Amino acid sequence: MSEVPMIALDRVEKRFGAFHALKGVSLSVARGEKVVICGPSGSGKSTVIRCVNRLERHDAGRIAVDGRELTDDPKQIEAVRREIGMVAQQFNLFPHLTVMQNLTLAPVRVRGMKPAEAEALALHFLERVHIPEQAAKYPGQLSGGQQQRVAIARALAMRPKAMLFDEPTSALDPEMIKEVLDVMVSLAEEGMTMIVVTHEMGFARRVADRIVFMDAGQIVEESPPAEFFSAPKSERAQLFLSRILGH
Amino acid sequence: MPALVWMRRNLFNGIASSLATLVALYLLLRGLWAVLRWGVLDAVWSAPDGRTCRALGGGDGACWAFIGHWYRFIIFGRYPYAEQWRPALVIVLFMALVLASCDPRLWRRGALLGAIWVAGLALCFALMHGGVAGLPVVTTDLWNGLPLTLMLAVLGLVFAFPLAVLLALGRRSHLPIMRALSVGYIELVRGVPLITVLFMASVMLPLFLPAGVNIDNLARAQAALAFFYAAYLAEVIRGGLQAIPRGQYEAADALGLSYWQKTGRVILPQALTIAIPPLVNIFIAAFKDTTLVTIVGLLDLLTTAGNAITDPQWRGFYVEAYTFVAAIYFVFCFFMSRYSRSLERSLGR
Repeated sequence: MSEVPMIALDRVEKRFGAFHALKGVSLSVARGEKVVICGPSGSGKSTVIRCVNRLERHDAGRIAVDGRELTDDPKQIEAVRREIGMVAQQFNLFPHLTVMQNLTLAPVRVRGMKPAEAEALALHFLERVHIPEQAAKYPGQLSGGQQQRVAIARALAMRPKAMLFDEPTSALDPEMIKEVLDVMVSLAEEGMTMIVVTHEMGFARRVADRIVFMDAGQIVEESPPAEFFSAPKSERAQLFLSRILGH
Repeated sequence: MPALVWMRRNLFNGIASSLATLVALYLLLRGLWAVLRWGVLDAVWSAPDGRTCRALGGGDGACWAFIGHWYRFIIFGRYPYAEQWRPALVIVLFMALVLASCDPRLWRRGALLGAIWVAGLALCFALMHGGVAGLPVVTTDLWNGLPLTLMLAVLGLVFAFPLAVLLALGRRSHLPIMRALSVGYIELVRGVPLITVLFMASVMLPLFLPAGVNIDNLARAQAALAFFYAAYLAEVIRGGLQAIPRGQYEAADALGLSYWQKTGRVILPQALTIAIPPLVNIFIAAFKDTTLVTIVGLLDLLTTAGNAITDPQWRGFYVEAYTFVAAIYFVFCFFMSRYSRSLERSLGR
């Protein structure tokens, strides 16, 4: 195994106009590692992972994925995006395409896979998220939990080396959160490299190798879950935990 | 009886309402009766000339004999009489092309659709123009009436559409030059009346061309229409693009799709679906606006009808002539309107 981290951020800066969203964020994620990022809203959690696949352009610092640095070069950006799967809060499935077409679009167009091959692969991943029977339906006909599982399968169908989750359960009804988290847990158990932004502390405790706590655009604390939940070092993390676990 | 309940609630809901319903009903029936008498009961269906036709109708009935005598001229204009089966076939071909393109299943197969259009249009041109397969040549100044109207509208929109898509994408581009060019073009064209554009194409353009180069008058008008429609279509398509949530762009980006893959496979199919009602609105308006080509000397359907009523034998049957032409326009526009509604239903998931 190489020593190159799967994802490496080095003093990354990001501003949205006057708002300083990321203030020198450095983070290194090893191959197969699962990192959960938490923190209050507006702390820059989502911005971090959106910078990793260039949905946002970072202003300064360096980001490298599997040793490949993200620059303004579109070829480089597309290469990084091919290797990283992303699941967003709002699913963002393509509503005019069937579930199957959602899953095969990128493998066929970007990877140049044969349609039949891509469909077999898509079906394999739909089975993994437990909804192969929905392949012919349109996203609008599925529940939120099902849509999010399709979104995970769509990202997996590109055979990514790492997965980014941006609050994947925040837009879901409570009874659907578990079915999505179950899929993510089994993905983690298979050794996928993952960065997950979430408020699901149960999931974080169970799956994460490391918890990254952010506040005001900075990483305040990085520690294993057992340590983070029982004895947070920083005051801000203590306050945050008391708020979300306190009821 | 739901019908009775409905009538009672909506038509006879109180004295004033009942009175209004009865008055409206009376006026409606009277109007319909007048139309029926004029158009059918008192109408004259055959007569050797206009004077006889008027006498037979007693002045109250339509003289459809006029249409019987002149319909070929109204539809085909001055196209040689013996060769008029050619434009007739072209009309059928045009309608077949449009109808075939109406099937959404064919849209996924762009290459096939393109091939059908290229072949269809080549065949239409060969038929209209002749000079191949022993068909006598017919110059474009004799391409009149309905085939001309259909050609101007259909080709105008077919050529305008891709340009409009590029203009709409250009207007939302991150590249400043693309954006400036698109905005400039759209605003310039929209700021000028169609008549002016047609005049420029017909009168001014030849002045700028080098001596000896001569572009056919019909081709110039056709191009002017396409460039004109493109600006309007572009704005409607831009409206559709704006309705697509940012998440769709991001999801396509995150999957590694290139700009053109993202645009062609994810964004445009959704944006165009949203834009169907205003697009069809423009199609219908554009179809009717082709009548303006009369000012650059082209004899479209409306103009041939206007010419027919100047015949000394049949002078003054303008109501019949324009009713006939209006009916033809209505059939085409009504089809477009119904088709857009069914398309919205089948694509609206």
